[in-house]
Amino acid sequence: MINEFPTGYNRHEIVKKQRPVNLQLNTISFPPSAISSILHRVTGVAMFFALIFVIWAWAVSVSSPQGFADVQQLMGGVIGKVVAIGTVSALTYHVLGGIRHGIMDMGHWEELESGNLSAQIVIGLWIVLTIAIGVVLW
Amino acid sequence: MVTNQASIKRDGVQDWVSLRATAVIIALFSFYMTWFFISTPQITYEVWRELFAGLGMKVFTLAALISVMLHVRIGLWQVLTDYVKPAGLRASLQYVLNLIAFAYVAVGLFVLWGV
Repeated sequence: MINEFPTGYNRHEIVKKQRPVNLQLNTISFPPSAISSILHRVTGVAMFFALIFVIWAWAVSVSSPQGFADVQQLMGGVIGKVVAIGTVSALTYHVLGGIRHGIMDMGHWEELESGNLSAQIVIGLWIVLTIAIGVVLW
Repeated sequence: MVTNQASIKRDGVQDWVSLRATAVIIALFSFYMTWFFISTPQITYEVWRELFAGLGMKVFTLAALISVMLHVRIGLWQVLTDYVKPAGLRASLQYVLNLIAFAYVAVGLFVLWGV
């Protein structure tokens, strides 16, 4: 067949016409695998900025006994605790999601059902660990 | 292909491998630090300083920081290419963010130097 397309259309016009566009985010329900993907990105970006605080605190605390005492006092306050719990929680999610990615690299959990189940397990595990981290660090 | 490999331009395979290679180092460093915080009964200034005074830990810490720099170079690029469409703005953001990532390594190097 020389021309598969109806006359009067070109290929690009047909592709355009067949694509429904729905970008109203509040009407889309995200599957667990999508939530897992977004969380991996959010926690990664959040940690990048949290490192400003982490590396500063580390640099000050190893530099002198006075610096160590200052950081210790800061970590005992509300702001220090919130930043610490948030950062460790983000790291925990990112590592769990990373391990899931590694397992998927090896060819497992790549189907719709197993991929969503592993995402749910990772998110569930993260919530449990975050509560544990919160209890320990507060 | 030869010119591809010889140039400083990245490709997908290289990014894929680098992301995972650096992730392993960062994860190991995180696990080690977690273990240190859990297993050390009382963390004083002396204990804390002693931890980073050993040559092995200096190398491990610097490797982790360089891994972070390489990891975020790829990761933040992935995020930015998806959400920031204007090329000029994206390039500027990448420039600043990569500079911050380099600063992390530089600060780490000088701190480790002084411990």
